[in-house]
Amino acid sequence: MQLVLEKRAERSNTIALISPLIAIGLTIVTMVILFAILGKNPLLALQAYFIAPLTDSYSLQEIAVKATPLVMIAIGLSLCYLANAWNIGAEGQFLIGAVAGSWIAVKTQGTDAGAWVLPVMLVLAAAAGALYALIPAICKVKFGASEILTSLMLVYVADLFLDYLVRGPWRDPHGFNFPTTAEFDPVATVPLLIEGGRLHLGSIIALLVVAAVAILLGRTIKGFEIRVVGAAPRAARFGGFNSNQLIILTFAVSGALAGLAGIIEVAGPVGHLQPGISPGYGFTAIIVAFLGRLNPLGILIAGLFLALTFIGGEQAQIAMKIPLDVTKVFQGILLFYVLACDSLILYRFKLVFPNRQVARGTH
Amino acid sequence: MRKSLLALAAGLLLAGSVSAASAADKLKVGFIYLGPVGDLGWTYQHEQARQALVKELGDKIETTFLENVPEGPDAERSIEQLVRAGNKLIFTTSFGYMDPTLKVAKKYPNVHFEHATGYKRNPNMSTYSAKWYQGRYIQGLIAAKMSKSGVLGYIGSFPIPEVVSGINATILAAQTINPNIKVKIIWANTWFDPGKEADAAKALIDQGADVIMQHTDSPAAMQIASERGKLAFGQDSEMIKFGPKTQLTSILDTWGPYYIARVKAELDGTWKSEDSWGGLDSHMFAMAPYTNMPDDVKKIAEDAQAAITAGKLHPFKCPVLGQDGKPVECKGGANLDDGQILGMNFYVKGIDDKLPGK
Repeated sequence: MQLVLEKRAERSNTIALISPLIAIGLTIVTMVILFAILGKNPLLALQAYFIAPLTDSYSLQEIAVKATPLVMIAIGLSLCYLANAWNIGAEGQFLIGAVAGSWIAVKTQGTDAGAWVLPVMLVLAAAAGALYALIPAICKVKFGASEILTSLMLVYVADLFLDYLVRGPWRDPHGFNFPTTAEFDPVATVPLLIEGGRLHLGSIIALLVVAAVAILLGRTIKGFEIRVVGAAPRAARFGGFNSNQLIILTFAVSGALAGLAGIIEVAGPVGHLQPGISPGYGFTAIIVAFLGRLNPLGILIAGLFLALTFIGGEQAQIAMKIPLDVTKVFQGILLFYVLACDSLILYRFKLVFPNRQVARGTH
Repeated sequence: MRKSLLALAAGLLLAGSVSAASAADKLKVGFIYLGPVGDLGWTYQHEQARQALVKELGDKIETTFLENVPEGPDAERSIEQLVRAGNKLIFTTSFGYMDPTLKVAKKYPNVHFEHATGYKRNPNMSTYSAKWYQGRYIQGLIAAKMSKSGVLGYIGSFPIPEVVSGINATILAAQTINPNIKVKIIWANTWFDPGKEADAAKALIDQGADVIMQHTDSPAAMQIASERGKLAFGQDSEMIKFGPKTQLTSILDTWGPYYIARVKAELDGTWKSEDSWGGLDSHMFAMAPYTNMPDDVKKIAEDAQAAITAGKLHPFKCPVLGQDGKPVECKGGANLDDGQILGMNFYVKGIDDKLPGK
């Protein structure tokens, strides 16, 4: 007797819907075993991970704050990936957006510049992110360079550029040579939504982005083009869709969203420009995009869920003394199961008996 | 089987709630760590101190730490999580937590904070650091004695005052032994990156340095120096096992006594916001055993250590000459004052290099 994977005649829509739930279920089972081996109470641990963060408004705010950049970047990336354009460099576009927006903040520091500062910062950040993303897109369209490589390599360029600025020209003159700009003025700061909390306007912008892209993909011809070019390139060519133009467009949009996320993070929770403003948001967002099945609503849920594991992981560290590494194992196991369960959409398990195998050999 | 599992779970749940109840009246003390605890280095030394604290006052306190907290947007949340979990005294153990700690401190005036190596304070936020430049001075003496080429190799992390004052103290000490001593400096722009640190060590040795000093955390430079048959100093932790024939000494961060003193003050209700900057006399740091050197060099090092501890020797004794050869203003009478050292932003005479950003 043998267990084999057999291709389904057509993709199973039921499995497509429930496979994330199966994955989460399997993750929980695995984690319970792991917690038990570590000598931690599995029920309390799961409570610390999943329930405790959802029970008070403080943690809920923190989940939203953490999810905001992830969702915003992932939404842009999903457009690229749907159109078969592989933007891996959102991290760099995030940083360049942060730099471009900070330029205004740094230059207007200590002046009596008015309320125009923040809007200009946001627009400039989005524009810079888009332009930065256009470099790999144009190299791809004009010269056939792999956008995966070029966009990834530009991450390090952006990182070093930011580094140079905060160590050199933009360094806080009263900061004892530490690599950071001075704290931004209030007019250059993203306003908070709740007094005393950390929830900021950026979360609202992220929700608007989700809605806008959902409409773009679901209700417009451009959205249809994006999906067709990705899913059926030959059909798209016959349909007269210009895939090069779509690469440029989707890269620009995803770059703009990553840049916007960058300045919102800097002018919001951080409050100044410094190295290390991103704990890898641009890369984590790739996971969020795929966890959310490149669907705007799915990405919103995936972003919130991933944020929950971060916050929950921290609470588990505090309440249960569970090491951070376990949280990382947990995130890895989750991804593993999601990918594994996805294979069930196109394949199914089948038991094969040896005598039938012989029979199969004859026909 | 299922029943026994359930019983097990219920038992565990019960055990968990009991221990939670008995911990409720203890003082909760929280720690934020930059790195994973690991086996050596900056965070490891803070963890050692926390363990010493638990050993000393374990019956009165409960400690919690969050590790690997990046110095970015997450730091503020991590600190606040500790506050919300009931911690009343929180140590944030890296410079980059300065602004996030201050933000949380202003929000929770009844919680006390201790921030390592920063310069911003609040009525409920102290700062603490160590006068490592004293240890660097001793290393400078040893290095000048041990170097055959007369060239020292120095791996800098960031050109901040703490590191710059360390370089200056080293070269001032070395000049008392060999007035023509040279130092080559490479900025790794990181606190911890074994690959970069190893590359820096190789480059320094290729430029003729035969004693390697570092202000970065990993033992990579020690290993390279060991491979190439050169000498080196460790950093933060004991690194002798990475270079048994290489390590001369190492500056060891010993936060334990400070942590114990501060927690005792908190328990007694005498905690005040302070700026503690402790030297060899305060046991804020210590020197690892002097190894791989002849007895006369060892004696020089030990004498200097005793003189600095007793307050008889100050590494920045006036006159201190700037790179241009002109004496630096002497605000502390016989030596530079603490403010000048804490904000040190210049090289002394004899360093043939340019301070980045100047």
